[in-house]
Amino acid sequence: MAEYAKAGLLVSTKDTPDFSNWFCPLPLVGYPTIVMGHGGGGKLGNELVEHLFLPAFRNPALENLGDAAVLNLPSGQLAMSTDSFVVQPLFFPGGSIGELAVNGTVNDLAVSGAEPKYLSASFILEEGFPLAQLAAIVEAMANAAATAGVQIVTGDTKVVERGHGDGCYINTAGIGLLRPGISVGPRGAKPGDAILVSGTIGDHGMAIMSVREGLEFESQIRSDCAALNGMIAEVLDSLILDAAGAAVHAMRDPTRGGLASTLNEIAQASVVGVVIDEASLPVRVEVQSACELLGLDPVYVANEGKAVFFVAAEAAEKVLAVLRAHPLGREAARIGQVTSEHKRMLVARTAMGANRVIPTQIGEQLPRIC
Amino acid sequence: MKYLTEFRNGEIAQRMAREIASITTRPWKIMEVCGGQTHSIIKNGIDQMLPAEIEMIHGPGCPVCVTPLELIDKALAIAEQPGVIFCSFGDMLRVPGTDADLFQVKGTGGDVRVVYSPLDAVEWAVKNPDRQVVFFGVGFETTAPANAMSVHVAKRRGLKNFSLLVSHVLVPPAIEAIMDSPGNKVQGFLLAGHVCSVMGYWEYPPLAEKYRIPLVVTGFEPLDLLDGIRRAVKQLESGRHEVENAYERIVKFEGNQAAQKLLAEVFEVTDRAWRGIGVIPKSGWRLSAAYREFDAEERFHITGIHTEESPLCRAGDVLRGAIKPAECAAFGKECTPRHPLGATMVSSEGACAAYYNYGRFLSAESLASAGIGLTGVAHG
Amino acid sequence: MCLAIPGKVEEITTEDGLRVGRVNFGGVVKRVCLDYVPEVEVGDYTIVHVGFALSKIDEETAEKTLTDFRAMGVLDEELASEEEAFARAAAAPQSSCLDGSCSSK
Repeated sequence: MAEYAKAGLLVSTKDTPDFSNWFCPLPLVGYPTIVMGHGGGGKLGNELVEHLFLPAFRNPALENLGDAAVLNLPSGQLAMSTDSFVVQPLFFPGGSIGELAVNGTVNDLAVSGAEPKYLSASFILEEGFPLAQLAAIVEAMANAAATAGVQIVTGDTKVVERGHGDGCYINTAGIGLLRPGISVGPRGAKPGDAILVSGTIGDHGMAIMSVREGLEFESQIRSDCAALNGMIAEVLDSLILDAAGAAVHAMRDPTRGGLASTLNEIAQASVVGVVIDEASLPVRVEVQSACELLGLDPVYVANEGKAVFFVAAEAAEKVLAVLRAHPLGREAARIGQVTSEHKRMLVARTAMGANRVIPTQIGEQLPRIC
Repeated sequence: MKYLTEFRNGEIAQRMAREIASITTRPWKIMEVCGGQTHSIIKNGIDQMLPAEIEMIHGPGCPVCVTPLELIDKALAIAEQPGVIFCSFGDMLRVPGTDADLFQVKGTGGDVRVVYSPLDAVEWAVKNPDRQVVFFGVGFETTAPANAMSVHVAKRRGLKNFSLLVSHVLVPPAIEAIMDSPGNKVQGFLLAGHVCSVMGYWEYPPLAEKYRIPLVVTGFEPLDLLDGIRRAVKQLESGRHEVENAYERIVKFEGNQAAQKLLAEVFEVTDRAWRGIGVIPKSGWRLSAAYREFDAEERFHITGIHTEESPLCRAGDVLRGAIKPAECAAFGKECTPRHPLGATMVSSEGACAAYYNYGRFLSAESLASAGIGLTGVAHG
Repeated sequence: MCLAIPGKVEEITTEDGLRVGRVNFGGVVKRVCLDYVPEVEVGDYTIVHVGFALSKIDEETAEKTLTDFRAMGVLDEELASEEEAFARAAAAPQSSCLDGSCSSK
């Protein structure tokens, strides 16, 4: 995925490893960086598990250290999702690959109408990767998991030769319990639905851009990386209480490709037209400025902590209120509606009063000078 | 953003559009030369707001689009060489050469890097003394001062591992070529505001006189564009053909003297081939003798380039304003942003890409039948 | 060819022989070469393209331009009929030099 030059710029939290909190630091002191042996399943690999992963992710299923985690689940439908994380740089304003790896999978489950419960975490590490950075990433994952209320119950580590990986790749897979009575796939949008977004767009992508070598700039922009399951649960709870039925017809978290890609996907899958009002899109001033500087369009810039909701028109105000009452949804806004016209197309009404079609982007947006 | 957002006021824009409608009595064809203006016109729907009599023709102001295919192929060949760090603006990465583009070269192991400024490339050269750093210096007069400074700094610091692959093109000869081309219908021009911030507009009165056309220095935001169009229409309606400055807050008649001074030192005029148009005499800049050592074409001696354009591609006709992108048979079919046949579909400011990305691949009729009005307020 | 945006100069230093500014674009700050705009000082606005300031923004002119834009067409909205519009426009032309020989509208 790294379409730009590898960033030698890594905002690491420690210069030398701090092993003071580790269970048994002595064996690891001799290995400040990852070596091939850490992926070999032998002594070194076990040490990583015992002294790094276990203490960080601490939970009964993991501590069994079986080849598989054994879980007790209530009957009903399960949702399962997986994602791999290859972001560069690994650390950026507002987060790291660690938070992304946990929240990304948590969010995929949450927008599917499931309560996320358990995650797996697999690491592919490059020989020579500093252990201190791995520790920081793992700590970030532990915190993100705790915040989201999920447990990381199984995992794996492999090591590839120097030059064959970007330091650290992570795959997470997750399972969640599907909320009964909820059907929120991308096919569910209906003409007349109101479209809501839970907050400002483009924060994550521009936070990454701000530390990309060759393009860096100073700003207060931070990634919006966050677990959305709590906020989404509140939205769904509020509607059930109201007996409004299945008022949320579709949900998605717009990640790579931005809001535009997500709206296009839903327009395609639901075979409907989507109309948005550009003036109503919430964009932070700084994100807009950074986009102007690099010639990017915020609708195509990545997010990692936002959700888009397609709701029955009569439920829109209520959902908006619930979102705005939640810390992650303070800037939630109504941005458009679904129509039966121009099916499969996303159309925006510009500030000039003109209409323009916003197509799905080809590849990643590149900064331009023209 | 100050001095930006105010010039995007929709309400004022609609009033200006009505103003233009009220003074228009005949059909007029106006060309905007600058690709950035094309991009803004289409993104904001400015042309939708104009009365039907006014046709905006999109000109060859996309330096990315007009960079000769042969030079793109040379760029690819250089980027593929081991040890080379090839730096470029993002715009160039997906422009198709004969067989590939820079993006693909990056994918197969070439060290291709996107930079914001040419000085970033110079920094790479300083930090990597054992690698050859090449910067793809493409652009009109607006970008030339930056490229000039980069080689000037490289020379001052005695860098032996920095070079510039140059493809600079100039606006005044382009205007002449368009006006001289048979079948030309352009009756007036919006001049590129940022080009003029560097060069001034002292070069244009002879052109206004020679071709008897209005030439209006115009900015890029919706209000600036509408004002430029308004002034051009006003001139056309009253039979005038003068040079006007509609971008006074930034452009002065004499332009930027400091930039022009260094440009004269670093570059010299040369004939240039414009992709899709052909050779226009004295229409480009190359490095002057004093800076020739930094010329990447000379340093790398690439030979054996066999260039081949797609026979379906009509980018040249689009660039000359002879056809609109949607009138090309391949538009939206064989030629899309995903599979571009020519540079105008790749560059974000290329007329074809701008049309496609802003949804003009649907004809006005089909969009209207789908319930989307494409007529702005000016139509009433 | 011309993506240049306005920014405010916050600090000016010299780096490697170049006059460099920290320029603030609506909250985003970038280092910009100011060698081409020796007249630009801290507090001034300038237009920046690929990391180079190309021109100082004349703030007075910018404000005047905006005022003129805001006034444009407002007259039309207050009128009852087209003929009145024509009469008023004829009595109060917008251009300050009627033969169009000057560069201001």
